Amino acid sequence: MPQTLFDKLWAPHVVADLGDDWALLHVDRVLLHDMSGARALTEVGERGYDLARPDLVFATPDHAVSSAPGRTSATFAGGASPIAKLRQRVKETGIRLFDLGQPGHGIVHVMAPELAIVLPGTTLVCGDSHTCTNGGVGALAFGIGASELTHVLATQTLMQRKPRSMRLTFTGTLPAGVTAKDMILAAIGQLGTAGGTGYAVEYAGEAVRALPLEARLTLCNLSIEMGAKMGFVAPDDITVAYVKGRRFAPTGAAWDQAVSAWRNLRSDDGALFDREVTIDASQIAPQITWGTSPEQVAPVTATVPQPASAADRAALDYIGLEAGQPLIGTPVDWVFIGSCTNSRLSDLRDAAGVLRGRKVAPHVTAWVVPGSETVKREAEAEGLHTQFLEAGFQWREPGCALCVCVNGESVPAGKRSVSTSNRNFVGRQGTGARTHLASPAMAAAAALAGAIVDVRSF
Amino acid sequence: MDAFITITGPAAPLLRANVDTDMIIPAQRLIGAGRDGLGRYAFERFRFNADGSESPDFPLNQAPYRASPILLAGENFGCGSSREGAVWALRDLGLRCFIAPSFGDIFYNNCFQNGMLPIRLATADVQRIAEQTAASPSNAYTSVDLERQVVITPNGEEIPFSVDPRKRSALLEGLDEIALTMKRRAEILAWQARDKAARPWAWEGLAL
Repeated sequence: MPQTLFDKLWAPHVVADLGDDWALLHVDRVLLHDMSGARALTEVGERGYDLARPDLVFATPDHAVSSAPGRTSATFAGGASPIAKLRQRVKETGIRLFDLGQPGHGIVHVMAPELAIVLPGTTLVCGDSHTCTNGGVGALAFGIGASELTHVLATQTLMQRKPRSMRLTFTGTLPAGVTAKDMILAAIGQLGTAGGTGYAVEYAGEAVRALPLEARLTLCNLSIEMGAKMGFVAPDDITVAYVKGRRFAPTGAAWDQAVSAWRNLRSDDGALFDREVTIDASQIAPQITWGTSPEQVAPVTATVPQPASAADRAALDYIGLEAGQPLIGTPVDWVFIGSCTNSRLSDLRDAAGVLRGRKVAPHVTAWVVPGSETVKREAEAEGLHTQFLEAGFQWREPGCALCVCVNGESVPAGKRSVSTSNRNFVGRQGTGARTHLASPAMAAAAALAGAIVDVRSF
Repeated sequence: MDAFITITGPAAPLLRANVDTDMIIPAQRLIGAGRDGLGRYAFERFRFNADGSESPDFPLNQAPYRASPILLAGENFGCGSSREGAVWALRDLGLRCFIAPSFGDIFYNNCFQNGMLPIRLATADVQRIAEQTAASPSNAYTSVDLERQVVITPNGEEIPFSVDPRKRSALLEGLDEIALTMKRRAEILAWQARDKAARPWAWEGLAL
């Protein structure tokens, strides 16, 4: 019987079939950060268990760390204790830690592909909903809670019920100025934030095949914003070229074996999905959210829609927009380029490409937060930081920063932010902060204009 | 983990769609936090005014619902972040059961890990329980019977629900999943040995 890519990722990891679509799944890689990771490392110890496989566990502090230039783990005082706990438990358990300032440090979902901790065909979990990002290399990667994470650390397995399968096909060619971020925001706008709930989503089609690897990570990153715990792209030549030579990538004969195994990781012709959705990529315009849920999104050229529900009305009230007003021209106070969605070298290049010697509007506070130490160093090596600094952006240290605001950093109440992150929830960027999600190029253009603009004509 | 069998009490209505885990508890409250004592932060952006006083409009601040063990919710309840602190905070507030048309996947699993029962019912059923409760809030009791898998509305109507048999028995018996899996340790080790032979590339270069 023809198999889906999802079947091929799932089935080889089944240690025991528990019936009713339940399986005890082997977890090939575990990522830990300073929030849920520190917690689970503590709990597994308190419950008297050793780590089943310390060699498969990788830690890095990313959430409760300041992104201020020259920061240390003490710059944000609140983070000092969880990070100290993480370091202590790392020492006791012998797992790998990529600490602040070291090559390899970064946002978990930026550093994991960067170091080839995640490989095509592997399973990977983290106590973080954006773990789905790692599906961009063709892995089965998903977020779990702290209890499930403790189970994984103690057993290297997880009890999971197999989700249903969905294929989201993007046909056609993406127009100039439109990115993977716009593709996935448009999909969420169409399917809703619960459209993918209970599904594992394979992204396919000509427009996906054409995406560079880093853009595939962005695409998969917002799977959870569509309700899907897992999203992935079949590995191909682009994937193989990306993974090759990275720190934990296999070498020699093992590499050849890996590549030949990865060649089979695609949905067979005639494979059946529980749901199929097709979107014409050539019709997608740059997207921007107008509300407090990622599904409240529109092409930047649109006007704010009429509220269709009480939730829509509450969102407009919070965000401070009126139905019928054009999105273009809405004044902006803050711009954030960063997060596990859009903080990779290609994102920073996209944003810098918009600058062309222009300056950030005087009333705008604009931040660039590279996703990892390596991204930061590579961007500096090609002079991107100078371009951002000369334009009036702040060039900061890697971490989650203004995406999650557990680091002493936030957008002030009532201020309007254009952000390359993944959640425009109430209070996500700070109490009372108003967030509009968009691509790095759109965010950079908004910083220069001091207002929401269409990057294609800016 | 505590076993869950039946729960009875007033069902608090919070019917708006897409209540995310950032709304349930802001991430700032979870920095270095444990499982206990988080109830005071549950829904804090909605429960409290800027000056710290209670917002009287928020259902969980209203007399019959202050001690509700059951929350009626809208679609996609618990979407967003994987933070288990959302479940810990709601549990600390006294809630043990959520009834909604749909849930965020990770939140749904996190509930079972903490002896909490998320029940999926049709929107019309959730609405009906809310209406029957609102008709006489101070003496409208809803019961949830996990053994029989029924919700009994304040008017005595029985609405069946289904829950995964594995999750149901884990809740009824208060099972410890790690202890269960530990019994399969030999099976896991055998799987790993086989996999190392089949996929050496997935294991290479990781020795500590």
